[in-house]
Amino acid sequence: MRDLSAAVASEQGPRQVLERISFDLYEGETLCIAGESGSGKSITALSLMGLLPEGARVTAGEVWLGGKNLFALPEREMLKVRGGEIAMIFQEPMTSLNPVMTIGTQLVEALRAHRDVSASGAKADAVQMLESVRISDAARRFRQYPHELSGGMRQRVMIAIALCCDPKVLIADEPTTALDVTIQAQILALMEDLQKQFRTAILLITHDMGVVAEMADRVVVMNQGQVVESDNVANVFTSPREAYTQKLLAAVPKLGSMAKRDRPLRAAHSEKAPMSDQRHQPVVRVRDLTVRFDIVGGLLQRPLRRVHAVERISFDIAAGETLALVGESGCGKSTTGKALLNLLPWEGRIAVAGRDIAGLSPAAMAPVRRDIQMIFQDPFASLDPRMTVGRLVAEPLVIHRMAKGQELEDRVVELFRRVGLGPDALRRHPHEFSGGQRQRICIARALTLNPKIIVADESVSALDVSVQAQVLELLQELQDELDLSFLFISHDMSVVEQVSHRVAVMYLGQIVELGPRAAVFENPRHDYTKRLLEAVPIADPTRRRGDRVRLTGEVPSPVRPLDFSPDYVRLNDYGNGHLAAV
Amino acid sequence: MAAYLLRRLLGSILILIGISLVTFVLLYLLPADPARQIAGRSATAATVENIREQLGLNLPFYERYLRYLGGLLQGDLGRSYIQRTEVSTLIAARLPPSLLLMGAGILAELLIGLTLGVVAALRRRSRLDQGLMVLSFVGVSAPQFVVGILLIYVFAYRLGWFPLSGYGTPQHLVLPALTLGFLGAGWYARMMRSSMLDVMQQDFVRTARAKGLSKARVILRHAVPNALLPIVAMVGIDVGILMSGIVVVESVFGWPGIGQLAWQAIQRVDIPIIMGVTLVAAWAIVIGNLFADVLALFVDPRIKLR
Repeated sequence: MRDLSAAVASEQGPRQVLERISFDLYEGETLCIAGESGSGKSITALSLMGLLPEGARVTAGEVWLGGKNLFALPEREMLKVRGGEIAMIFQEPMTSLNPVMTIGTQLVEALRAHRDVSASGAKADAVQMLESVRISDAARRFRQYPHELSGGMRQRVMIAIALCCDPKVLIADEPTTALDVTIQAQILALMEDLQKQFRTAILLITHDMGVVAEMADRVVVMNQGQVVESDNVANVFTSPREAYTQKLLAAVPKLGSMAKRDRPLRAAHSEKAPMSDQRHQPVVRVRDLTVRFDIVGGLLQRPLRRVHAVERISFDIAAGETLALVGESGCGKSTTGKALLNLLPWEGRIAVAGRDIAGLSPAAMAPVRRDIQMIFQDPFASLDPRMTVGRLVAEPLVIHRMAKGQELEDRVVELFRRVGLGPDALRRHPHEFSGGQRQRICIARALTLNPKIIVADESVSALDVSVQAQVLELLQELQDELDLSFLFISHDMSVVEQVSHRVAVMYLGQIVELGPRAAVFENPRHDYTKRLLEAVPIADPTRRRGDRVRLTGEVPSPVRPLDFSPDYVRLNDYGNGHLAAV
Repeated sequence: MAAYLLRRLLGSILILIGISLVTFVLLYLLPADPARQIAGRSATAATVENIREQLGLNLPFYERYLRYLGGLLQGDLGRSYIQRTEVSTLIAARLPPSLLLMGAGILAELLIGLTLGVVAALRRRSRLDQGLMVLSFVGVSAPQFVVGILLIYVFAYRLGWFPLSGYGTPQHLVLPALTLGFLGAGWYARMMRSSMLDVMQQDFVRTARAKGLSKARVILRHAVPNALLPIVAMVGIDVGILMSGIVVVESVFGWPGIGQLAWQAIQRVDIPIIMGVTLVAAWAIVIGNLFADVLALFVDPRIKLR
């Protein structure tokens, strides 16, 4: 690729989004394009394929594939290149397959677009392709629809579709970003294996420096439509030349970097260890929390099956403590967070700031909600787009009749200052802010009532690493100043390692390991914890796992028949509060 | 599936009973007196009273309704006051032409509306798109009797391609079906256009293009089937709109269906026929919706009936 420039139409005329991007990609190698959101990495890939969305176009440059300049090819020739010579897989396996076509049809269709094969021959090839991406029971899967497959399986199908015509180049745009970490490890391993087998060149686009370190031969770092740095992977990580790269790498949490530290990364040094203070009652005490949902059906809408979302979990959170709840999708971690605020029906016992919240009416819950608040994952979706952010942050005070008039105004200004936003922000609407700023607004909203504990559900997962680091810093400052507790729900082990005092690992609705951060991360006892830690890609190419475990298993479904009674894990005490299932 | 259908059919019976009650109350409150209509202007008060007694119109309201409901549950729609025939016989004779007209109307509106919608979406923001959207707006807002009369004037009277009115040959069907479908075509064109625009933005359409499929195949095989999914549910609701359209269209074209039967009965306060046609129409709407839901099951593999 030489000097690619691209522009998108905007109200002020064309806006340049790519400026003179150049790189080479060789047979059998993996080139990673790394960058944060808005860096132009996806646009680069889409222009290569001639798939730019409406309004965007290439303004200059050329792409040579063998002896062909792709930008000069007529559309008819380009059809042969797409899927035939350059194939692509995307970020969202859940939406990237046609929901009303069987995966077999979608695979056969790709095969027959480029190869002259009979219908039955294509079917045989397709089933074989499904097998080579390690989909078990391929002949049956062939006849299934996308919704019958898990996210990881769908991404395997996407890879099978991409590789079925033996392309020279595979473009993978954030292929594992939407997947759980153990599934991510499987997909990355699969891509490596297939690359060796087919000698495919891979152009891997990702924001995750861990994935870059794990996969890349060479790296192109992009920022705001320009190439910042381009070098082999070892040089980029060990001696980055550009300030931007250095800053980016510094912001990336590296798993294992917290060894030998006894407090969270950004915590103030004067901090008193929260665990030592045994006389105070915990801010949150949970005993035998169970959440189940019935799936109803039939003539009388009777329950048919049951989702065992959370099964008899118990934990405490002390004042000023961060307890991290980690696990993969469907393990019940978000459900647990919602149960603490009585947002869904549950069984067991939960006490917040000494008050038992079982069966409280919404009115009776109101005073409890002053003590416990929540921040969600998506800062775009959790703010009402038609209200000014000032009103959004003031709303809790109005609802609880805790302030009005000038006092209300002053409190809101103070909250905005506390999260690093000026008073001029108050009168603006959510769409005028960036993702990081919006998450600050959400934090301000959660702080409005002076809560004792905040449930942070994947609150930094949608943010770019540099912004993520700033938000984590803010959360830590708040904890130091206000003695806040956090229930930090996350799938990201590297972030959890930085922020938590204690960690609880959830698997299929149960806590399988619970203990001080250092104990869980440095001396994991339970197999699942070990697997989770091993699956995390580390942003350090020298720590690349040479021979990865080629796992194919997936987490079983928590949907069970009605008469199912779960096997409860028995937690064994390994000392110092470190519990793990045997 | 069987349990679902059974539940829906049981539910539809409750709906029909509810509709029968509402219609009965409305007709009861009507200031017109059916007995006087039957007796004629010159009849004496005694004759009118006699007829009223014969028809059971002197009974208290609840008794009249319970009697009607009792008959209804045994499949008896009663007898026409004026034609002195079983209502069910009258409706049975008039139903086939109406069903034919409705079927043709639905076919016409879907063929025209969906095609125009797809074309407009693919030529988004072009002159063609704008023109089609204006046309569809006319379709949605033009009264059906005006459309019907215009079509008759141009294609029957001026050009002589189709008969002016009546029933019997396929030629007779064309203009009424187009009139009936004109409104719906405008609707569907607009819905299909926005549904297509939505689907064309979806990830799986990008995947299809990335496979190297031709544009025609991407549109016909991937985009259109998905764009149709929200339309299917609308077809069920549409049956209701068509039912009211049929009364107008049958009158304009002299089509011997239940629409005309209803129109005549309303003019003469022939309560059993009004009741009967209303219930048949309501039943058709309920069945139409059920049909659309079941159809959705076949076009969208993700839907599970519960």
